[in-house]
Amino acid sequence: MWRRRTAGGHASGARPTAPAASPEPAETPAPAERPSLTIDALGRKCPIPIIMLAEQINNVPMRDVVAVLADDPAAYTDVPAWCRLKSHEHVGSYDLPQGGWAIHVRRNY
Amino acid sequence: MVAALDAGWADPARLYGAARRAQMLLERARAEVAELLGARPDEVSFTSSGTQAVHLGVLGSLRGRRRAGDRLVAGAVEHSSVLHAAEVHERDGGTVETVGVDLLGRVDAGAFAEAVSRPGTALACLQTANHEVGTVQPVEEVTAACRAAGVPLLVDAAQSAGRLPVPPGWSVLTASAHKWGGPAGVGVLAIRKGVRWRSPYPEDERERAPGFENVPAIVGAAAALRARAEEEAAEGPRLSALVDRIRAEVPRLVPDVEVVGDPDHRLPHIVTFSCLYVDGEALLTELDKAGFAISSGSSCTASTLRPSHVLEAMGVLTHGNVRVSLPRGVSEGDVDRFLAVLPDIVRRIRSTLGVH
Repeated sequence: MWRRRTAGGHASGARPTAPAASPEPAETPAPAERPSLTIDALGRKCPIPIIMLAEQINNVPMRDVVAVLADDPAAYTDVPAWCRLKSHEHVGSYDLPQGGWAIHVRRNY
Repeated sequence: MVAALDAGWADPARLYGAARRAQMLLERARAEVAELLGARPDEVSFTSSGTQAVHLGVLGSLRGRRRAGDRLVAGAVEHSSVLHAAEVHERDGGTVETVGVDLLGRVDAGAFAEAVSRPGTALACLQTANHEVGTVQPVEEVTAACRAAGVPLLVDAAQSAGRLPVPPGWSVLTASAHKWGGPAGVGVLAIRKGVRWRSPYPEDERERAPGFENVPAIVGAAAALRARAEEEAAEGPRLSALVDRIRAEVPRLVPDVEVVGDPDHRLPHIVTFSCLYVDGEALLTELDKAGFAISSGSSCTASTLRPSHVLEAMGVLTHGNVRVSLPRGVSEGDVDRFLAVLPDIVRRIRSTLGVH
């Protein structure tokens, strides 16, 4: 399916306007803040990465960042969507050298 | 349609008596479909599917406009037939620009206008309404922008033909008979007089679509479109009220659900929602066991293992996705039963995943 180079559309915080799940450069060059927890969901299919995030986000202090490592393309859309639904902050999604992304989420409450 | 099987079996392009009768039936059906879609009969061709109509519409219009440029502009949530045709165009050296949508799945009309105004734009494509989330697209605004830029617009009316009036101002119009309750295997490709189009297929003695038309199915398709258009005044609002009910009740009955698509500017019969922490395939299987044949845009239910490009472009949850299309004649009781079984099914699936 043809999915890249999307013009216009919505700008919801740090969410990229082109939700490309292919190995393209991520929109943010490098994370500005070190996560205080990293959840390894590589090889796990959605909704498992989201379930792991929901279970563990309260283990970090308020306003700290959790990194979810995932390579299921659904996670690329679903983690930011989860943040929007749960009022947490999607900080950014960064390409991993081995494929997949580190998706950074800030605990808001 | 049964009568048409007897009378319309012959090849309408031949000269013997039965062929002339088939030709007459075909022309009558063409005139009827043309009238209902707001086209002239000589602008309408029948294809072997809605997908083929789109492929021919997109690639033929691009060929016809080769001298104007090689840019194709399309909405990001178009049907896969449009995006696959775009892929072919790109592989052949053309350029493709997709225009993004908002959270409701509505194309950004301003960005679309800007995209078509760029030099070298050969064709623009926009659906009347989205096939997965039901959101109605700003076709009027986009039509005006295309007219101002002198760019032909292909309008994919597959989802709305027979249900909503076809917005005027299209250059190319495509539709699919089975979507309006007609038989499978009949698509419509209408090309406005004066719009340049060259078949991407090898030379054929027939019209725009290659081969001998399925006359009995086309006769059935025309009759079904007439029937759908006539009953829509009553059936549309009835289905729409049932959709409103599902949209309101599902989040009340099931925790952590996101209902997607435009709540107001939408098709009367489609409603889509996603359940957090639920595996879409399990949800489909359980609903199927309960007697509901529903679809999903979740990746685990797709042959490609990719989530729906529509949900992705909208930025909404892709997992645990359920798309309910209400068929004509569906009863209030059917909706009650769906709302009765859903909460427990979702709870069971969540508990197998350790979510309570």
